[in-house]
Amino acid sequence: MEITYRDLITVLHGMGFGTLFMLAFSGAIGVIYTTAVVGPGSQTSRWNARMFRFYLISMAVLAWLTVLSGAYIIYPWYRAVAPAGTTDLSGFPRQLLLSSPHTAGWHELGMEWKEHIAWFTPIVMTMVAYVFLKYGPQLALHRHLRNAVLGFTAVAFFATAVSGGVGAFLNKVAPVRGGADIILLRVQ
Amino acid sequence: MDDRPLTNGPGGAAILAAGIGALALGVFAFAGDAVHWIGRAFSIWPPSGALSGVTTAAIAVWLGSWYWLARRWRGRTVALAWVNSAAFVMLLTGLLLTFPPFMDFLQGK
Repeated sequence: MEITYRDLITVLHGMGFGTLFMLAFSGAIGVIYTTAVVGPGSQTSRWNARMFRFYLISMAVLAWLTVLSGAYIIYPWYRAVAPAGTTDLSGFPRQLLLSSPHTAGWHELGMEWKEHIAWFTPIVMTMVAYVFLKYGPQLALHRHLRNAVLGFTAVAFFATAVSGGVGAFLNKVAPVRGGADIILLRVQ
Repeated sequence: MDDRPLTNGPGGAAILAAGIGALALGVFAFAGDAVHWIGRAFSIWPPSGALSGVTTAAIAVWLGSWYWLARRWRGRTVALAWVNSAAFVMLLTGLLLTFPPFMDFLQGK
């Protein structure tokens, strides 16, 4: 079982950081929603509150790792320019997509949106983690803070869904491949 | 943890700064796409092109505004309903400005 180095990094970016973040989202939205809707009546132990703050910090870290690995490791491979006369564009995903009117939209709409919208998420999740960290149980006393956190988290979820979904499709249509082969497992 | 009641100022600063950062991201992304020389200027790390400068500048605006607002609103109670509304409008405007068909529409393409 072999995989190329770029495949491995792409999997780490999309599945390791991105999907883990998306999975964490459902839990976070549930707790934030409960906090926002139930308000001061919400009963939670000090241990649970501490764990949830750790959970939100982890989400913010995952969001930053996802966008930084995407923008500074994978995106340069995606947008690399093929030498003149290259006929096989499989190693140059952006050019491969733009070479056909049937696939150009994946770059012009998909990647152009994905590369920017993804950055809303770490900004928002850092704010959300800060608010929960700063206020802790006192958040129950601040209805407007809770509502803002819930609204921003919902938008961050949308941004993550767009960037993650487009990324998954792009990796089907024009995968980022290349680099050294890595042997994951030898099957006899 | 300090159990004294906290004012909403620090939280409001974080929320408004997130809105400002989001708007900056949208404005910079649009400017980089619409104006060739701005796009070139944003290319501070050529392998990633304009994206490197657009996001770095937006993060600088976000953190800078957060620092400034946090200092101004420390220990204060602010009208959070207005702060939230302004932040949310900026967030949605920023989001819209990164949407390629909307960018093209604004540029008359």
